[in-house]
Amino acid sequence: MALLLKNGRVVDPVARIDEIADIIVKDGVIAEVGPDLKIEKGDTLDVSEKVVLPGLVDAHTHLREPGREDEETVASGTAAAAHGGFTAVCAMPNTSPVCDTGSKVRFIVERAAEEGVVRVYPIGALTKGQEGVALAEIGDMLAEGAVAFSDDGRGVQSAGVMRVAMDYLKAFDAPLVAHCEDESLVGHGVVNEGVISTGLGMPGWPAAAEEVMVARDIRLAELTGCRLHLAHLSTAGSVTLVREAKRRGVRVTCEVTPHHLFLDEDMLIGYDTNLKMNPPLRTAEDRLALVEGLLDGTVDCIATDHAPHAAHEKELEFELAPFGTTGVETALSLVNTNLVATEKLSWADVARLMCHGPRSALGLPPVSLSAGQVADITIVDPEARVEVTPEWFVSRSRNAAFLGSKLLGKASEVLVGGCFALKNGKVVAR
Amino acid sequence: MLSCKHIMTVSDMTTKDITTILDTAESFMEVNERRIKKLPTLRGRTVVNLFLEPSTRTRTSFEIASKRLSADAINFTASSSATVKGESLRDTAKTLSAMACDMVVIRHKYAGAPQMLAECMDAHIVNGGDGMHEHPTQALLDLFTMRRSLGRLEGLRVGIVGDICHSRVAGSLVPALRAVGATPIVIGPPTLMPARPDILGAEVVYALDGVLPTLDVAYMLRVQFERAEAMPIPSNREYAKLYGMNGKRLAAARPEMIVMHPGPMNRGVEISSDVADSPRSVVLDQVNAGVAVRMAVMYLLLGGEDGGVAA
Repeated sequence: MALLLKNGRVVDPVARIDEIADIIVKDGVIAEVGPDLKIEKGDTLDVSEKVVLPGLVDAHTHLREPGREDEETVASGTAAAAHGGFTAVCAMPNTSPVCDTGSKVRFIVERAAEEGVVRVYPIGALTKGQEGVALAEIGDMLAEGAVAFSDDGRGVQSAGVMRVAMDYLKAFDAPLVAHCEDESLVGHGVVNEGVISTGLGMPGWPAAAEEVMVARDIRLAELTGCRLHLAHLSTAGSVTLVREAKRRGVRVTCEVTPHHLFLDEDMLIGYDTNLKMNPPLRTAEDRLALVEGLLDGTVDCIATDHAPHAAHEKELEFELAPFGTTGVETALSLVNTNLVATEKLSWADVARLMCHGPRSALGLPPVSLSAGQVADITIVDPEARVEVTPEWFVSRSRNAAFLGSKLLGKASEVLVGGCFALKNGKVVAR
Repeated sequence: MLSCKHIMTVSDMTTKDITTILDTAESFMEVNERRIKKLPTLRGRTVVNLFLEPSTRTRTSFEIASKRLSADAINFTASSSATVKGESLRDTAKTLSAMACDMVVIRHKYAGAPQMLAECMDAHIVNGGDGMHEHPTQALLDLFTMRRSLGRLEGLRVGIVGDICHSRVAGSLVPALRAVGATPIVIGPPTLMPARPDILGAEVVYALDGVLPTLDVAYMLRVQFERAEAMPIPSNREYAKLYGMNGKRLAAARPEMIVMHPGPMNRGVEISSDVADSPRSVVLDQVNAGVAVRMAVMYLLLGGEDGGVAA
């Protein structure tokens, strides 16, 4: 069965295209891209006024299965990802139990095959139990389908352990995803250390707690030659460190989240726990430095750090509530509203930051909008109006930092291997 | 009347609110000296003292204040509360709301808890201390004591000495002093300063002795290092040597300078016994004022519209 995508604005810097064109999808792959295409049999979808992008991937998603299926599952998290325009997500290993063996990776791969609405690339734990002490069975996890390794949710506190992990990973050329948080500097910190921690009387989490570990891990990547990907950078200092490292030729990539790009600590004045993040929301200057990093190529990807949490846990006192916000459903709309519609980024930049950047950083299968490539495609209606209400979400959780926002632009269709995961804005059930 | 429904933070209050409370408290001071120390003003009103962090003196002060105004005072403390059985603060708030309480005084380990209560219930909320954030009635009773002891507030130089970073007392006292035209100076080692002391609007000084002769009030904070992540000072001995109020320091200060402390005191650490027991110390005047100031707060929030103080 063939599918003709008619009259869309096809944008893909890898395929060197940004023009109104048609795309024919056949047997799960892109058969042809060009003007005025026709098919004998099959469906035609008019995508005029829409933007057709190579399949977006979220480099940083918490699916919560196994262990907290009340918050999210492989099925619900991938449905939410489709709703947000992603054709794939990278699942973080800090589940319960931690995904730190080959059989646990296989569980995720099998759940994704059974129930996944979009593709799932598992990220395995770097150390056993994510305890930061002993290496997890990285080779076995790779054999079962893990793409990268991370103790995300916690920083690896020992530089010695990090060095051994990097050395070991080098044999497989697999990327290490670093969560940079020096616990001896963070202490009980829950908000950025500075004006807001002073004013609200809450323990502060200094920017330096992230930056000292960013600096350390860059040095260790230079020492070992390991591929290093830095998760959810939040400070101007971190962006500067990465910029300098890239200039020196270090194999380092990094991501920033929509909440660190578009929110800052000044919004915490009402103690809203949906704004409690790890790392915390920083200052307006940090926020602008992250945007600057996006524009000059220092930052490789926008990743969501989608972190679903049960309502009764997020409703606790600020210092007791868990860290994190959901993100896969709002990311693309936020990027369009704040960066594309304001002409800071082009759609080709969006393809770079939300498709090719994360794929290359984490060694995922590449995609592009050209003949012969797998048909993982995201179609965006840039004029769609989104009102972010609790009912709007597909995720099992509602702890969204952007609840109440009015956004511009929304994925209307998502194709995964040529099949609809999202059609006319609605998730297609499996 | 006050401009605010709750007493949550000093920054929510106007200068007029503050002076109204202080002036009202003056009239309650006289009541507290009578043999029969009770007014019918808040008869039939229910005040819950929701103390989810251990406290004896503040809870007792609020309880006495509510009883002297004839309110029905109920103590809901951490040991007797459902919260230790795993009930959330929101559920506790909704439960108290369903019982039609008129006022909740909350003491809580975490900042922002009073705001959370206010979101969940209609009652007037009084912040009895939230985490490291604020303790507004303490600041009010401190202003009251300064005004009584020194005859004015405007222009006073008040040195707040010690653990500024972890102190909710300082969190409220600094903005309260600024509101009434006094000059707060926070004094302590950098390890006990918040990340951005400049935004508090206080002068920041690391050495006590240099600034001591300029002070009208030396406000000694309790050192509470069990709250801190890592030991911020080498020893209590060194702290006492650098920042403790003792006879020698008192002699170097202005003769009219008073010494204050929110209690409970660590004698020999932030304050020596001879100073604590000297006429220059107004610590017990603070405790005494606490009852009158809390009566004033309850009266103004709950009973003001119903009748006069003298009833």
